[in-house]
Amino acid sequence: MNLQYIGLEEVNGPLIFLDNVENVGYEEMVEIQMKDGELRHGRVVQIDGRKAAIQVFEGTQSMSLSNMKIKFTGKPMEIGLSTEVLGRTFNGSGDPIDGLGPIFVDAYYDINGTPLNPVARVYPRNYINTGISSIDALTTLIRGQKLPIFSGSGMPHNELAVQIVKQSKISESEGSQFCVVFAAMGVKNDVADYFKRSFEEAGVMDKVVMYINVSNDPIIERLLTPRCALSAAEYLAFKHNMHVLVILTDITSYCEALREFSSSKGEIPGRKGYPGYLYSDLASMYERAGIVNNSKGSVTQIPILSMPNDDITHPVPDLTGYITEGQIVLDRDLFQLGIYPPIGILPSLSRLMKDGIGAGYTRADHQDLTNQLYASYAKVQDARSLASVIGEDELSPTDKTYIEFGDLFEERFLSQGIDTNRSIEETLNLGWSLLSLLPKQELDRTDDALLDQFYDNKAAMVFFNIIDKPIIKEIGSIKEV
Amino acid sequence: MSQAAIYSINGPVVKVKNITGFSMLEMVFVGNNKLMGEVISISKEFTTIQVYESTTGLKPGEPVYSSGSPVSVTLGPGIIKNIYDGIQRPLISISEKEGVFISAGSDVEPLDKKIKWEVSFIVKLGDHVQFGDIFGTIQETPLIEHRLMIPKGIAGIVVEIQKDGFYTIDQVLLRVKDTSDVIHELTMTQRWPIKKPRPVSKRLPMSIPLVSGQRIIDTVFPIAKGGTAAVPGGFGTGKTMMQHQFAKWCDADIIVYVGCGERGNEMTQVLEEMTELIDPKSNRPLMDRTVLIANTSNMPVAAREASIYTGITMAEYYRDMGYHVALMADSTSRWAEALREISGRLEEMPAEEGFPAYLPSRISQFYERAGYMETINHRVGSVTIIGAVSPQGADFSEPVTQNTKRFVRCFWALDKQLAYARHYAAINWNLSYSEYIGDLSKWYNKNVDIRFLKNRQEMMAILAEETKLMEIVKLIGSDVLPDDQKLIIEISKVIRVGFLQQNAFHKEDTYVPLQKQLRMMDVILYLNKKSSEILRDGKTFSLVAKTSLFEKVTKMKYDVPNDQLEKFDDYFKLIDTELGQIR
Repeated sequence: MNLQYIGLEEVNGPLIFLDNVENVGYEEMVEIQMKDGELRHGRVVQIDGRKAAIQVFEGTQSMSLSNMKIKFTGKPMEIGLSTEVLGRTFNGSGDPIDGLGPIFVDAYYDINGTPLNPVARVYPRNYINTGISSIDALTTLIRGQKLPIFSGSGMPHNELAVQIVKQSKISESEGSQFCVVFAAMGVKNDVADYFKRSFEEAGVMDKVVMYINVSNDPIIERLLTPRCALSAAEYLAFKHNMHVLVILTDITSYCEALREFSSSKGEIPGRKGYPGYLYSDLASMYERAGIVNNSKGSVTQIPILSMPNDDITHPVPDLTGYITEGQIVLDRDLFQLGIYPPIGILPSLSRLMKDGIGAGYTRADHQDLTNQLYASYAKVQDARSLASVIGEDELSPTDKTYIEFGDLFEERFLSQGIDTNRSIEETLNLGWSLLSLLPKQELDRTDDALLDQFYDNKAAMVFFNIIDKPIIKEIGSIKEV
Repeated sequence: MSQAAIYSINGPVVKVKNITGFSMLEMVFVGNNKLMGEVISISKEFTTIQVYESTTGLKPGEPVYSSGSPVSVTLGPGIIKNIYDGIQRPLISISEKEGVFISAGSDVEPLDKKIKWEVSFIVKLGDHVQFGDIFGTIQETPLIEHRLMIPKGIAGIVVEIQKDGFYTIDQVLLRVKDTSDVIHELTMTQRWPIKKPRPVSKRLPMSIPLVSGQRIIDTVFPIAKGGTAAVPGGFGTGKTMMQHQFAKWCDADIIVYVGCGERGNEMTQVLEEMTELIDPKSNRPLMDRTVLIANTSNMPVAAREASIYTGITMAEYYRDMGYHVALMADSTSRWAEALREISGRLEEMPAEEGFPAYLPSRISQFYERAGYMETINHRVGSVTIIGAVSPQGADFSEPVTQNTKRFVRCFWALDKQLAYARHYAAINWNLSYSEYIGDLSKWYNKNVDIRFLKNRQEMMAILAEETKLMEIVKLIGSDVLPDDQKLIIEISKVIRVGFLQQNAFHKEDTYVPLQKQLRMMDVILYLNKKSSEILRDGKTFSLVAKTSLFEKVTKMKYDVPNDQLEKFDDYFKLIDTELGQIR
């Protein structure tokens, strides 16, 4: 096992090829000693008889066919973990980069993880109160869920993620602690710094583990970053019963690294040059969220991805949407209107919310309110597109109230300050006030009993200070279609 | 048999050099951990194997063991209520043995060997038996009587038989002597290769619908027992919800639910719901008629390919006992992607979008295993397949959707716009179709009512008319339409919201019997008829719209309980009085 090899067959992109190797395992770790003393790491990605292909994490720059010694370690990629990782910063392959020296290791974890047995999972039901109306009311985040933020360049996804971390009241009363695992993959240095600073300002830095691979770090290391982070998350959650919130940013950079790696291996490309196994690869990360039946902890994932050209059908958001349990989509139009957070609610969805809201979790009327807000806001879009053709003046009174409702919904409900923390009660009541602006018979997704309880047209008009607007005055009497 | 050593490893694909002892599709065990695999190509130089488990740590030179038989499943009592992975390893036993994670090379028996089943024999000494004959029965669950069948290749005289009583799956129950005087020992179990359809006597015409209690399915786009359907839709359009609703409420005897490359939490949810939900007909948990096959997206990709076949083979086995089986496959796109991934690793020439050229033939082979059959033992049974398709970017022109469309007769296209407006089931009535209407018309006329299909026709015509009108409305608004067209718009809204849209979380609305569906249509169409009569009398539509009728009819799905259909009579009276006042 301690045989050292000298001399390569070929160097190609991040890959090096070796011949005449013996007793090498698939996905085994490799140590590469450069002539100048630098130690690099790699992993066996293909074995063909006595020939092995090795991916080098730190990149192949300055490698020649003969200037290094290669040693096979005999084991797959593992990372050493203990509770000491909290408050520390690591690079993409799990080595500390904060100058505080190595950590004491309690357990070694294979970074690729092992699939969770579906029968050992516990179906997630407890909601996380993020204090953000559009998320709490319409795309509720559930503990143990994987809920990505689909964004685009320039939009405030980082601010949103930080706000979620700051405001998430994951109750510590159940004897479980809350912590954050943050993985930066190919983001700008500023972004990594922004997160670090924000965590420090929020005073949670001692509960954060950071794995940082910025955009000019080697791409192979980028492929390891989320896996190291998720191994740490699994360790903290399932061994130490902590509630772990994992933020992965930016998935698009990760996928581009995977594409680069795949093409240098000479693989047949699928859509847009991404490898055919992109779905399986993403799934092997996203599926590492959840709750298991022998631990009190949980892993909740918030991956952030920037949609190239804001295109939701691009392979990365598309495949992500098929694996994750919903998505929060940021909308550039809302962003340009100055609305924060600019969450486009129609394409946004939380698949797990139906079981984590309602009586006992949030409030009994939550589901009906959500359905009705979605349905009504969908009609706002129809009314607006009609108005753009025939002009707002020509609209029927009902359509006009929809437009008014839509504007107020965006200004008062979606929009909230970066430091505003709304309670769930406040959010739901605000939702009912908005719905009360619409004629009662338009509210066809709710129970009549709930309408009797919450529908109050007059109060809503006073609340929104629009009692004088002529169009709204008619509402009570509108019956026309 | 022959033993060989690993030569090369690339993901799940392993090659063996210079050994020719393997046969195509043979099951092999790879490496020191004996990972399960399947031979997928043979040449003089190389035998290629796809491994169903993670190959991390595998080394060249490790042995490859031949099994001598194709990849098979073990069929016998204990399948129902179980949850398996793609290669029939019981996940509950694995979790008891190994904890919350699944490690490679887990070796667990598919069926519990310790349970003693109570067997009642129905053959006697001296009887002649052959392949498919039922020789005994077991009450597998309170809902399902498991009928033990003679395995393939055995025919002859029963020379020894046990008494009725309790036996484990390994005990010999029967000895059969064939014509060449060879004695065969039969237990409760048999093995069947997953890629080979189980034979039948003949196919029968399909004439009975698979009733699901979902209005848009049962009324608008019904599926026959033994039929095939595809549910394509982008993410978040409700494919999985639809599959769940079917698994819960459809009137099949047995449900095989294959979660193929989908989310782990979804399988946990199905398992939980099926265990908790009580079947109204039998008062037993729905799990008593359900088998789950879970190969979640992070499990090895080759086993994902196998999971579909494992599921359909189990379905055929229960069909041969004379049951109507419904198989849900969620999602066949993931299965196709597994094919693509393996094909890429084999460096095969890709066809469309990197999918292998044999994609259409694999899809058709799968869907052709559905059917309404006379089984080999001359009972009647059926396998219905409902496959979800996840098109990339919700683009229905991609290869998996297009090829699936050619081989299924029901197409329930899910629509993003409807899903955004939270209109579920988000089946787009313009893009979807069912070719079974003609085959099923007799059944509907006889078992529901002669009005049923007529009503359906009328309703669809109104919706088609609305689609045309909406083109105009989008341009100039609905205000300028003449009154009769305004009525069409408004009635269509009632149809869409009050009938087509269905609330899976509402106690009454989640399952709706056919009689209620019929009565709902009656009321809606009556409202339409009476309103247009009023308009013909010269009254304006705004008068009709001012009544609360449209609102009330829209909400009748919630207001009329499933077991109090007489309440519909009030709606006719209400329509008469309210419209009468206008006159």
